[in-house]
Amino acid sequence: MSKILIRGAKILGGEPQDVLIDGETVAEVGTGIEAGDATVVEAAGQILLPGLVDLHTHLREPGREDSETVLTGTRAAASGGFTAVHAMANTFPVADTAGVVEQVWRLGKESGYCDVQPVGAVTVGLEGKQLAELGAMHDSAAGVKVFSDDGKCVDDAVIMRRALEYVKAFDGVVAQHAQEPRLTEGAQMNEGVVSAELGLGGWPAVAEESIIARDVLLAAHVDSRVHICHLSTAGSVEIVRWAKSKGWNVTAEVTPHHLLLTDELVRSYNPVYKVNPPLRTEADVMALREALADGTIDCVATDHAPHPHEDKDCEWAAAAMGMVGLETALSVVQQTMVDTGLIDWAGVADRMSFRPAAIGRLEGHGRPVSAGEPANLTLVDPAYRGAVDPAGFASRSRNTPYEGRELPGRVTHTFLRGRATVVDGKLA
Amino acid sequence: MLRLPGGNPRTPRHLISAADLTRDDAVLILDTAEEMARVADRPIKKLPTLRGRTVVNLFFEDSTRTRISFEAAAKRLSADVINFSAKGSSVSKGESLKDTAMTLEAMGADAVVIRHGASGAPYRLATSGWIDGAVVNAGDGTHEHPTQALLDAFTMRRRLVGADAGIGKDLEGRRITIVGDILHSRVARSNVHLLTTLGAHVTLVAPPTLVPVGVEQWPCDVSYGLDEVLPKSDAVMMLRVQRERMNAAYFPTEREYSRRYGLDGLRMARMPEHAIVMHPGPMVRGMEITAEVADSDRCTAVEQVANGVSTRMAVLYLLLGGSETALPSAARTEENK
Repeated sequence: MSKILIRGAKILGGEPQDVLIDGETVAEVGTGIEAGDATVVEAAGQILLPGLVDLHTHLREPGREDSETVLTGTRAAASGGFTAVHAMANTFPVADTAGVVEQVWRLGKESGYCDVQPVGAVTVGLEGKQLAELGAMHDSAAGVKVFSDDGKCVDDAVIMRRALEYVKAFDGVVAQHAQEPRLTEGAQMNEGVVSAELGLGGWPAVAEESIIARDVLLAAHVDSRVHICHLSTAGSVEIVRWAKSKGWNVTAEVTPHHLLLTDELVRSYNPVYKVNPPLRTEADVMALREALADGTIDCVATDHAPHPHEDKDCEWAAAAMGMVGLETALSVVQQTMVDTGLIDWAGVADRMSFRPAAIGRLEGHGRPVSAGEPANLTLVDPAYRGAVDPAGFASRSRNTPYEGRELPGRVTHTFLRGRATVVDGKLA
Repeated sequence: MLRLPGGNPRTPRHLISAADLTRDDAVLILDTAEEMARVADRPIKKLPTLRGRTVVNLFFEDSTRTRISFEAAAKRLSADVINFSAKGSSVSKGESLKDTAMTLEAMGADAVVIRHGASGAPYRLATSGWIDGAVVNAGDGTHEHPTQALLDAFTMRRRLVGADAGIGKDLEGRRITIVGDILHSRVARSNVHLLTTLGAHVTLVAPPTLVPVGVEQWPCDVSYGLDEVLPKSDAVMMLRVQRERMNAAYFPTEREYSRRYGLDGLRMARMPEHAIVMHPGPMVRGMEITAEVADSDRCTAVEQVANGVSTRMAVLYLLLGGSETALPSAARTEENK
């Protein structure tokens, strides 16, 4: 493999430096590095980040290849600056056995655009009744360490307790989709002023918060690790903040869309805004931004949820829940967190690479940009401004809530172990 | 001069929400409905206004009374009417709303009157670019039922102000009480918007379980007790309460609901003498309303049905009229034949 010299990039937003990649690793970081026979990437004005890591991605394969495949999903990930994604377990069949997680893992290896770390289901068939073979999935080639029934909540308190206890044997973590099922029967959108007017079934904040409150207490009781998926309310932030103040092993993620969009958008009845958990209020958005800035929320995770056009081109109640997010995540974080002064680019590296890799115990990712480290790198042009055009997405699906919206920043290059997967904003 | 309902810039040629109507829009519709009601008193109850136009009644929910009301309205305006019921149609075989709508438009629908179980379905139909025709919301999920609110307002104006005296007038200062399952009621939502626009003061009465979270932003009062509101009401509108709600723990038993929120003769006696009792139907006698009240001359339930045809004629006329001929001369043309 040849050498690549990234010249004049601001590493984590710092002073301009040169970075020499040799083979799969970062060989040298400094100023005035001679190019020699290396390919030169001129990166003046650009930000160099460790390759982004997503803890929450739906790649849909096996089963729903009409919306996404491991190949198209990892191409979308690379376009968005990601070098590793965690593939959620709600496929068909469900990733609840060593066989299925190994299949997804192997498809990821074959794609070559981005590392794919499969997430294993907590319970058989996501049914919430019987623990899946968590140990077998961990011991498989896929080496699963994150377990989640995402899409469904592990609502049975005993099953949740046992799962939290069981994964301690191999330092695993249970990622909870916090949604009390009885409180959300027929729920269509955030319960509040807008749902009252639109006549759409309300999805109360307490349905999320009550599960989070229970699970942080359970995690404390059995001294295990719990991770809260896509936290969406100001109340959830308060509970996680309290749990962390106790020193409990609780981590949490927020999606880009919950950092930017509110339930006011549902007034259009356009199902592109239908998502689980639902878009909340302006006050929630502000609380989430603040919590991400102060570290109460550990990381950003996309919850990239591709759906075919026909599943969104219909009336609200009939539409599928979810948004694609891999290719817009960094831009939304720049707009909501960096351009607002809440965090700097080092903060972005922490929330979108170091922290998610650490929570997932993912090796080779979320590493500092320094000599000897794996060359998983993302180069961003923060000065870029452009309207989102779904036609240009690498994802097979187009269900973005940002169509036509101007967002800042653009990923110009992505390197996966020294190999460019994105060059000048285009997939290599 | 013709004007179209729908003040919402996104849905100007449609009637989707009562909230989109200005005070003047609403009064024009009520005045036009009064003209239409006079047509109904003639031996020949038909106007040629919509001859050659096609109105499709697209009903995804069973609602015979609303469908035949729209059907009668369209036919009295000489429109061709196609009834499309989702039952036994391609919809039950999995056809999407979009394909159904495009199919109907291909058959030449000038207006689509839609009843759908999903809130927002008419709005999607009007704004998604699937079809070009006018869309009239005939009730969507638990969102709105604007023509019901219009016929209710029409009934109130006739009873409280007068058929002739009411022309050009709104409901300024009238006190309207709406009782029952507000949470699931599209009638209540449309009425709160429209009656407020017309200057009335609305009070909602229900057990707290049947009032939506977020109601505090609505332009009305909310009371959990019926008895204290009745003496201060010019009209009391009783909403149907479905027995199934009991199973979802919205209230303990039918009898408890009736005792606390049902309207019986004793309670009716607490209302001012001029006050009327309204019900959009179908009534559940013995639940929210006793037979004594339902059959009294203060109850306008049957009148509301008749007024529904006049009001829907007015809406279709104003949406589709499109002719330069103003209504009175059109009426004369028919009479002179």
